Amino acid sequence: MAAELGLAALWLAAALSVLQLIGGALAQRDTNSDLAKLVRPAAVMQGLLAGFAFLVLLYLFAVTDLSVKLVAANSHSDKPMIFKLAGAWGNHEGSMLLWITVMALAGGLIGFVERRLPEQTMQATLAAQAFVGLGFYAFLLLSSNPFERLPEPAMEGMGLNPLLQDIGLAFHPPTLYFGYVGLSVAFSFAVGALLTRQVNPDFARAMRPWVLGAWIFLTLGITAGSYWAYYELGWGGWWFWDPVENASLMPWLAATALLHSVSVLAARDALRTWTIMLGVVAFSMSMLGTFLVRSGILTSVHAFAADPERGTFILGLLILYIGGALLLFGLRASSISEGDRFSVTSREGALVFNNVMLSAILGIVLLGTLYPLLTEAFDVRVSVGPPYFNPVGAVFTIPMLMVMAVGPLLRWRQDSFTRVKWPIIISAVVMVAVLALVVILGSYSILADLGLAVAVALGIGSFMPLRGRNLLRVPIATWGMVVAHFGIAVALFGMASESAFSEEKLAAISVGESTQVGPWQVTLDAVEPVAGPNWTAIQANLGASYDGGTSIELTPQSRNFWAPPQETTESVLATRWNGQLYAVVGNEAGDGRWQLRLWWKPFVTLIWYGGILVALGGLLALIGRVKTDLKRRYVVKRAGDRRAEAAS
Amino acid sequence: MTGSGQTGLKAKHQRLVLVVIALVAIIGAGLLAAYALRNEVNYFYLPNQMAANPPEVGQAVRLGGMVQEGSLETLQDGITVAFVVTDQENAVVNVRYSGILPDLFVEGSGVVADGRLGADGVFVADELLAKHDENYVPRELQELEQHKAAETLAATESY
Repeated sequence: MAAELGLAALWLAAALSVLQLIGGALAQRDTNSDLAKLVRPAAVMQGLLAGFAFLVLLYLFAVTDLSVKLVAANSHSDKPMIFKLAGAWGNHEGSMLLWITVMALAGGLIGFVERRLPEQTMQATLAAQAFVGLGFYAFLLLSSNPFERLPEPAMEGMGLNPLLQDIGLAFHPPTLYFGYVGLSVAFSFAVGALLTRQVNPDFARAMRPWVLGAWIFLTLGITAGSYWAYYELGWGGWWFWDPVENASLMPWLAATALLHSVSVLAARDALRTWTIMLGVVAFSMSMLGTFLVRSGILTSVHAFAADPERGTFILGLLILYIGGALLLFGLRASSISEGDRFSVTSREGALVFNNVMLSAILGIVLLGTLYPLLTEAFDVRVSVGPPYFNPVGAVFTIPMLMVMAVGPLLRWRQDSFTRVKWPIIISAVVMVAVLALVVILGSYSILADLGLAVAVALGIGSFMPLRGRNLLRVPIATWGMVVAHFGIAVALFGMASESAFSEEKLAAISVGESTQVGPWQVTLDAVEPVAGPNWTAIQANLGASYDGGTSIELTPQSRNFWAPPQETTESVLATRWNGQLYAVVGNEAGDGRWQLRLWWKPFVTLIWYGGILVALGGLLALIGRVKTDLKRRYVVKRAGDRRAEAAS
Repeated sequence: MTGSGQTGLKAKHQRLVLVVIALVAIIGAGLLAAYALRNEVNYFYLPNQMAANPPEVGQAVRLGGMVQEGSLETLQDGITVAFVVTDQENAVVNVRYSGILPDLFVEGSGVVADGRLGADGVFVADELLAKHDENYVPRELQELEQHKAAETLAATESY
């Protein structure tokens, strides 16, 4: 019964989105027609219905209703509750339902709260949101119905891929999806603004919180995904330039560019068409990412649920929406008047530089990700990895980060470098000094050396906008920028440090023996079998002591899950303030020795702390913007009330 | 010309500078990417391709195929394993790998090895990708698996 309710709610939601689309389209002729007035309520109702359908799916997974195909294929009655729930989105159908739910909820929320823009623009925006949503409803209902019943209830579920049975992964996909799909709002705003030709600072201020919100979730999702890959895959790496990872990085790059250009539009009424373009591109990258992940068209270490037929459907949607939006852009862009002008040496100039560099990096990642598809057409199979992405990306990332250290110091409209001479000199001196130091200390790779130098310079530079100001009076949004920029420096330091100073040890040792990695002495105390709720494992008991200090116990495992039958490697981490010891146990060598793979990774944790700081900065900026905005609205309302009073 | 006219001209000039910088950066990015893609990609080889037309010694490439039954052995040092990768043409490549075998690495199953061919003709792998889970087979190996499934079917049918 529950499954049918969920399905009915989805069909109703899809029907409402048709109403929303038609109403929004008719509203372009007459904003006050009856149908036009239905657009907002339809959006809200659609959000509620999709949310309800998703709750139903969660319920089906919670009670392990084995008459539902999706539950039977992805869950198991033995699973811990949290992973039963996570199983709801740890598969194709469920994750597409999550996608449409987030999209409908976002549409409902703008329908409910957004009152700044002219009603016509809002109706156009909601119509665009409904139009995009409709394609995904069709996809879900016609080819990926999550509520499909089995002819006969299954005796027991197939279980969830053990790699996905991890607390980090339980929250990684929803976080990422909030980001991915949150960008649909920016897309709809951009299309709405193109339709009504209303591109101005008000539009930018209305769009900004949505971009910020989506960007915060994307940042957190990528950070969490990277940490998950780091400890769950047991390979010791934190980023593999895997297509699925790139699929999440590309929308982030576009959203980061959008975030900065929308600020220019809001503050200075410049970069009008460019901002619209980025709004279209950002969500296009989300859809492209979904297509790459869902179609299994690219070889990826975590391309699960590959299905060419579904890939074709998403490809169709992709062409329709991206092509449609770009066509609209091409038709309308010239009719959007040019915004305010500015000098090259100005805040706007620095932000344009940031945007150009981010676009270049986006292009590089996109090319590298799609290149294997291109060569496959000529029957040549290749894979593109770090030797391409790292150096080519760095050529644009490093100059961007250098400008980022001083850009926020520049004034809007027109400024001169002589005014900010000292901060530039200080940053440059710090950078050169650190570079000289690391080059003298040891010869690491050029990229690691440069990374460390730029990280330290940027770390100092990121606080410079605060100099000579009363810290209590600095706007929250400015704090947000400082924290986010500092977070980038912190993450970069972690990445460069991991690349420069990591030490690795591969050893086969018997019980009682020990081995050394960096400052750590690791002893194999015992190897024993252990059992969990749905797995058994071989566990190595390791005693690890840092620099001769007291020994801590570490227990890496090699686990055998029985539903579905699969082996996984459970690595362990010993975290200190200055880095992490990473240990993996392998097979028995045959003569009583056990394989151990150990890494000492100095300051590696800064990568993810940096990511969290970036997201925190985004949150501060969001709070600051919303606060200022509410104040502005209050002032406008008060002024209106007073005028009304005076008139009466 | 009036003062405002001059600043207008200047603004236009500066706008042009921005556009030129942007174009140079994006064209530069494209050219750099194209150049790097020609030189920094790993080509994929099946064992028969590697036997017929081996890559340069030391060049990073990918090798994909089936791990031959009974070929897996652990060497004296306890951390290096040696095995043979084969394909439907029965070409073979000897592979050496130092490290912990991936979870789903099994004899008779597919594997993709990232590494380079040594001067002695042994492929030294830096990383092994095995089947990720029951549902996932590295794309390069899908055809091999299908071929093998067909072969197994033919073998069982003849009984």
